[in-house]
Amino acid sequence: MLLNQFLLLAAILFSIGVYGVIVRRNGVLVLMSIELILNSVNINLIAFSTYHGLGGQVFALFVIAVAAAEVGVGLAIVLLIYRNRRSVDIDALDELKG
Amino acid sequence: MADVLWLIPALPLAGFVLLMAFGRRLGDPLAGVVGTLTVAGSFVVSLFALFDLNSLPTDERVVQQTLFTWIPAGGFSVDIGFLSDPLTITMCLFITGIAALIHLYSIGYMAGDENYSKFFVYLNLFVASMLLLVLGDNLLLTFLGWEGVGACSYLLISFWFTDEANASAGKKAFVTNRIGDFGFMVGTFLVWMTLGSINYLEINERVHGGIAAGTATAIVLLFFLAATGKSAQLPLFVWLPDAMAGPTPVSALIHAATMVTSGIFLLTRLNPLLEEAGWANDVIAWVGLATALVAALAAVAQNDIKKVLAYSTISQLGYMFLAVGSGAFVAGVFHMITHAFFKALLFLGSGAVIAAMAHEQDMRRYGNLRKYLPITTVTFVVGWLAISGVPPFAGFWSKDEVLAAAWDNGPAGPVMWAIGVVIALLTAFYMTRLVAMTFFGGKERWREPEELPTDPAEAAAAEHEAYEDAPDAHGHHLTPEHTPREPNWTMTVPLVVLGVFATVIGLINLPFGEKVDYLADWLDPTLAHAHEALSAGILAVLAAVAIVVAVVGIAVAWRVYAQHKGSPEKIELPAFEHALYIDDTYAAVVGGPGEAAFDGVATFDSEVVDGAVNGVGRLTQLTGRAVSVFQSGFVRAYALAVAGGAVVLLVFVVMRMSSS
Amino acid sequence: MIIQVPPTVPVVPEQLDPSAVPLAVPEIVWSAVAPALVLMIGGILLLTVVSLVRKPLPSWFHATWTVATATAAICATVPLWQRVQDNGASSEMAGTVGLDGFSLFVTGVICVSVILAALLLEGYLRREDLVGPEWYVLMLLSASGGVVMASANDLIVLFLGLEILSVAVYVLAAMHSRRTSSQEAGLKYFVLGAFSSAFLLYGIALTYGATGSTNLAGIQTFLADNVLVDNGLLLAGLAFMLVGFGFKVAAVPFHMWAPDVYQGAPTPVSAYMAAGVKAAGFAGLLRVFVTTFGPTYREEWMPMVAALAVLSLVVGSVMAIIQTNVKRMLAYSSISHAGFILLGVAAASDAGTSAALFYLLVYTFMVAGSFGVVTLIGRKGDGRHSLEDYRGLSRARPGLALVFTVFLLAQSGIPLTGGFLAKFYVIGAIVDEGLYALAAVAMLTAVISAFLYLRVIVAMYFAGPAGAEEGSEEPAEFAGPPVRIPAAAGLALGLALVGTLALGIVPGPATEVTRDATAELTVGN
Repeated sequence: MLLNQFLLLAAILFSIGVYGVIVRRNGVLVLMSIELILNSVNINLIAFSTYHGLGGQVFALFVIAVAAAEVGVGLAIVLLIYRNRRSVDIDALDELKG
Repeated sequence: MADVLWLIPALPLAGFVLLMAFGRRLGDPLAGVVGTLTVAGSFVVSLFALFDLNSLPTDERVVQQTLFTWIPAGGFSVDIGFLSDPLTITMCLFITGIAALIHLYSIGYMAGDENYSKFFVYLNLFVASMLLLVLGDNLLLTFLGWEGVGACSYLLISFWFTDEANASAGKKAFVTNRIGDFGFMVGTFLVWMTLGSINYLEINERVHGGIAAGTATAIVLLFFLAATGKSAQLPLFVWLPDAMAGPTPVSALIHAATMVTSGIFLLTRLNPLLEEAGWANDVIAWVGLATALVAALAAVAQNDIKKVLAYSTISQLGYMFLAVGSGAFVAGVFHMITHAFFKALLFLGSGAVIAAMAHEQDMRRYGNLRKYLPITTVTFVVGWLAISGVPPFAGFWSKDEVLAAAWDNGPAGPVMWAIGVVIALLTAFYMTRLVAMTFFGGKERWREPEELPTDPAEAAAAEHEAYEDAPDAHGHHLTPEHTPREPNWTMTVPLVVLGVFATVIGLINLPFGEKVDYLADWLDPTLAHAHEALSAGILAVLAAVAIVVAVVGIAVAWRVYAQHKGSPEKIELPAFEHALYIDDTYAAVVGGPGEAAFDGVATFDSEVVDGAVNGVGRLTQLTGRAVSVFQSGFVRAYALAVAGGAVVLLVFVVMRMSSS
Repeated sequence: MIIQVPPTVPVVPEQLDPSAVPLAVPEIVWSAVAPALVLMIGGILLLTVVSLVRKPLPSWFHATWTVATATAAICATVPLWQRVQDNGASSEMAGTVGLDGFSLFVTGVICVSVILAALLLEGYLRREDLVGPEWYVLMLLSASGGVVMASANDLIVLFLGLEILSVAVYVLAAMHSRRTSSQEAGLKYFVLGAFSSAFLLYGIALTYGATGSTNLAGIQTFLADNVLVDNGLLLAGLAFMLVGFGFKVAAVPFHMWAPDVYQGAPTPVSAYMAAGVKAAGFAGLLRVFVTTFGPTYREEWMPMVAALAVLSLVVGSVMAIIQTNVKRMLAYSSISHAGFILLGVAAASDAGTSAALFYLLVYTFMVAGSFGVVTLIGRKGDGRHSLEDYRGLSRARPGLALVFTVFLLAQSGIPLTGGFLAKFYVIGAIVDEGLYALAAVAMLTAVISAFLYLRVIVAMYFAGPAGAEEGSEEPAEFAGPPVRIPAAAGLALGLALVGTLALGIVPGPATEVTRDATAELTVGN
């Protein structure tokens, strides 16, 4: 089977996602990076499910649903901030620190 | 009777609650009256407990009253319970007795203070905590009281909270006591782990044969660490002189008579453990002795009347530890009792003087006060003779026993005794200096234009100058026209009562044979006898030396401070210079190296120890600042931290992988 | 690294095996999930009722509804608790929901935090002109997520519970529409929360791959029956899951969101986050690590958890000391508390779990009470949180100052308050396991953190007016508008005070309960 290749793909996607969260300043792109990580998880789950039965695929469906909800809330918050600041630069949010 | 034991701490506690709720409405002086009455009631209950206990056969004089189980935990359960035995009842009696008198005194002393009722709230809480400390039947309950008295002490020192010096003195007391508390906690833990219980009766029962000598030594040293914090011994004594920033009745009650003796109480309570602890006893004795010496030296160089008494307290506490370390628990308790009386007397007396002198505390501005304050003077003289060790006043008998115990303490005994005698000499000297400068000398120095020396050593005194200007002074200043007046009866009655006790309390344990050894007999069920009594001949010689030393100390100081300085017919300038000259001689001859040592002590106190305390604080702050650089406020930096943490964890698990 | 999966299909719970029972619908035992259902339905009903009624309902209605719902949820746990004590633990819904003393206890703790936070919220919303039912709805829904998480017997359910819990709180944190810092807190919490949830999820996926099951009981049995030749996959899964849980409980180094978010979020929400959300996070951590991996992989995860605990203790208390904002200081101190609870986790024993549960209960009262006082002192605008704003409080509001003092002393671990016993039990548990170094660190940081609580107390009672070093004869004057204490907030503070003190003076019953609240993993009933 091609399990290792799938896992590798997932790991690469995961890393790209993490990289994106760390270096991107645009709030929307940060959200997209998080989506990337969640999708890497889905690839993992589905790859494993070929060995372990349907549980993984069910889980993947849940993850997709949750990701949608999460992004919905996330975009709402980003929008709220955009309304107040006319910017989605998350580095501008440094009022709280220390 | 045992079933009302709980009343002893409950009454002051009830007073605390009552004053907390209605104190402001009761006001001045009703709040003080309520406080005094509850503590006095507690004293009456203690008296009943005493009679009750006395009616039992000697070996049944241990009564436990368990109220309920506090911490239930499988193999480890702690009760809320009280233990009544001769030791605790003795402690209760003198704590409640002195506390009641000091409450009475405070009614007058605190009159007109805007936080009048709050003062009594704290004072009552203190008494309740102290009684809990003494009466608790297990280490945890004692620890609770231990923390409680610490907190109250902190609150009362900082009583005039607008004052920077007071607040910082309170902080210092808190810090040093926390270090001691650490010892208490770890010690308790060790006791629990080795003996399986923290109940005193069970500990003392299981100690013999139930514990390795090394463990016992460690435990005792930990508890001794706790005691050095609370009882102001080397190296943690620095807080006590600063604690004098608090109101004088507080100094008398907490920092002289009761709280500071709780370290001695704790070690005495655990005396079977001490017997197993080997060289830890020597550590206790030597530390006590060293503290007594250092503090006595420091007392010689103080000009603030309360600081002299503070160092003197530290020194006397050192004596008590010397006794405890020598295995002479009865002598330790005896000295604790007599000291409580005469030191409370001295502090209250000094409070009367300070009040009469518009809250001036510098003895160099006193003089010849006997003319204005007759009652205070007489009572103060009693206290002075008692602490100096002049027979038949109380201090002589107890100090004599401590010194005898030191003499008997193994091969090093005579050395300890000799040092103890030197301390006795110093004690007589500095107390005479205080009395002479304050009450005698014929010269009313506050009437002269101000010319206090301004050498660098005075910089240290600047700290206390701050609180002279505090609301404590009620806005008064000592002017040349000032006429000191005797305080009202609520303040003089306690002085007189304490004066009587300071004279006669020595009678409870006279060294003239078995029949008059009341205290030793009474404490017999609780305390171990480590030593055979010394022969009467040796005792007599030791006592004679002690008397001679006391008299010499008094005489020297009297010459220096009362006679030379204060001849009323030589008020002219040359005589004044001459008096200063004697002071200089004293500084050069008596205190040449001594002066340096005093300065050294002062420097050590203010720079090394303060530095260490501040250093820890600064280190914490610096670390915090360094770490807070990472807390930059940027989400991406936080995400990086999360990812970094994940990488570290991954590296860790990769190292632990079982695969080839 | 070549990742190998067990060659044969390993143990899969039968209900999930598609070939065995093609269209089986598991039996739904509604009573087993009653507390979560009550919270969820209560929240949805509140939303419905408010939408149906034309006139805006008074503010007290929402709060009363919420308190009633949470109380009902607590009541629902009582018969279940009895059932568990009589018949032992069981699992329902095809083994995905565990019913044991542990889940019920945590349910109770979460509900208590909801009650306290709702009471605080009532006056807060009126003061800030933000009255509306959404706050309470979100809080109830998030609490139901927490309850699901605490009783999850399956990693899928655990993840769902976590998300229900978190998503609602992301919104709550950002809900104060006029404070920019609230929005900032919301976004920070969301980005980092989603980020770390993704880590958790990745860890779950890896664990699933290594063990062939998402069911905790299934994983436990699998690990007990098989020795993995190559455990890299599982260990990596553990590490990733720990990141996710570490974030939720604000353990260092995954804590950085906490000070910012606690400070920025509306204060009653901070109280709920610090108490309820953290309790749910710890429930998940305890169930997955201690109960599931405890018997087999303790050696591997224990050092990691211990390291997080030590870091949290030290960083939490040291950072708290340099803060001048009381709200932020409480956030750091809550990190140090998390370190203490993590020690209970690291003990990986029944005593450790009981100690952690006891700590969580006490902590809920202490921290909700503390944030409650901070809510009131913040006054209109929720902005007066610096230490300066506490100067002279003892004169302006002696009662409030005293109550706050009790909460702070309890947090520092003074005897006769619950805080003392909580720390005591945790230290006892780790000493039982022979982890003396950890115990020593815990005691030392307890001493350090005593200072920071003291700083606030000093400010309230002793400090002179701001910036007046000399001539400080004037007593400290309390600055700003007077502090109003709404009835509901007063009730919340009273409850928290009673809880904090009662757990310290008569801890017996609570101790018994935490001891009975053991977590067990069962397949079926």
